[in-house]
Amino acid sequence: MSADPAARAVERAAREAYGRLVAWLGARSRDLAGAEDALADAFRAALESWPRAGVPARPEAWLLTAARRRMIDAARRRRTRDAAVPTLLATAGEVEAIGDFPDERLKLMFVCAHPAIDPAARAPLMLQVVLGLDAATIAAAFLVSPAAMGQRLVRAKEKIRLAGIGFHIPEPEELPARLDVVLDAIYAAYGTAWEELGTAALAQEAVWLARMAASLLPDAEALGLLALILFCESRRDARRDPAGRFVPLAAQDPARWDTALLTEARSALAHAGAMGRIGRFQLEAAIQSVHAARAETGRTDWETVALLYEGLHELTATTGVAVGRAAALAELRGPEAGLAALDAIEAGRVTAYQPYWALRATLLRRLGVAFQEAAGRALRLTADPATRAHLHRELGADP
Amino acid sequence: MRYMMMLYIPEGSWPKMTEAERAAGTAAYMTYTKALADAGVLVGTDRLEPSTAGTTIRTVNGKAQVLDGPYADTKEQLGGYYLIDVPDLDAALDWAAKCPGAQNGILEVRPVVG
Repeated sequence: MSADPAARAVERAAREAYGRLVAWLGARSRDLAGAEDALADAFRAALESWPRAGVPARPEAWLLTAARRRMIDAARRRRTRDAAVPTLLATAGEVEAIGDFPDERLKLMFVCAHPAIDPAARAPLMLQVVLGLDAATIAAAFLVSPAAMGQRLVRAKEKIRLAGIGFHIPEPEELPARLDVVLDAIYAAYGTAWEELGTAALAQEAVWLARMAASLLPDAEALGLLALILFCESRRDARRDPAGRFVPLAAQDPARWDTALLTEARSALAHAGAMGRIGRFQLEAAIQSVHAARAETGRTDWETVALLYEGLHELTATTGVAVGRAAALAELRGPEAGLAALDAIEAGRVTAYQPYWALRATLLRRLGVAFQEAAGRALRLTADPATRAHLHRELGADP
Repeated sequence: MRYMMMLYIPEGSWPKMTEAERAAGTAAYMTYTKALADAGVLVGTDRLEPSTAGTTIRTVNGKAQVLDGPYADTKEQLGGYYLIDVPDLDAALDWAAKCPGAQNGILEVRPVVG
């Protein structure tokens, strides 16, 4: 944070308005890369001008006007028959007339998670254009090289511009399916942060996106995703003991869970449930809420967890859900039931899925039979050092 | 924006159809083409003769090499196109989904430059 008040005003405007400014410019030009470049120029100009001339009364409108002018200049320089120029010129009145320009970030999210966009680019694209994260940070979180991530983002923005992906909220009949893709991308951003325990910052960004989606579009599943992410976030500190070692959910001290986040999660889930449209994220959040109830009841209601997994498995039989269901059955009916559920999963889907092998090893060990092979596979699939150490302690397996 | 919807259709299907099926297929395309025209989005359309009627040519060292047949020997072949003018990709995809060709083949939707 800078000491200079004008520079601080620029930083604050950047943090709070970045996505809104990109969305506004992008919606009128369809050129996200151009919008980002123009906005970066506008921020640079603000850093030069505001300390001398003072912070304008409406900083965001100032930035918008500056960025819009730069986009028009850049398009003219390209000398192409660029549709952006007349559209942007026509917005002159709009910029002056509105003190508070419309928030079009939801449209921007739908653009980033459009079915025509490469699925691997959707979450990174959202983090970059809605929240302003730089490509290197995103690349580190997604375990790709900065060059590869940069190229993926450039390609996605080119696709949006050339294919003419429109900035609008999908029609009501398409909305649930399209929203699912948006929510999936946010969940992917959060899931990436979740695996990488060190990058709490990215988790915060994903929470921000989930809050934004749920507030801009109060849909049952958007609220369900928000609740799910908040339940997981509430346990962030409890996942490590004072020595920095990994603590699995069952062994966590509920006193270390964040009660404010838990309250917010429960309220989001209740709000979602009242809407009467059940979905995958609400069911996953409901499972987390059962785990969270241990803070009050001192026990985990595995019967309800297993029941919720049953519903989830019917709705979406992903590998993660199938393994979660097996874990719940093992708690409820014993390790044999859990193993039977694991055996029912197609072998090809689990060769590289760490939770499958970790659970399998744990259940085999409980039955007192050879578990070392499964434990070894689990260990080889674990990158996080703390989780590796935990597996090592629990199963005594050698990598 | 103008988009070209390219229809890739399994070529064997048409000759195998009964007379009635072919008549129904033709009627479906006519209804679809009329819907595009009525909506004011149709710029142009053509149906192509089968790919066996195609000839490929390329110039190597200044010499034309002419070959019988289509460019790519695939089950689905370009069988026709619609050129439409709509506001954005979603509008184009909505139209593409309604095309009879999307039921037995694949449509590629590509923006036209300029």
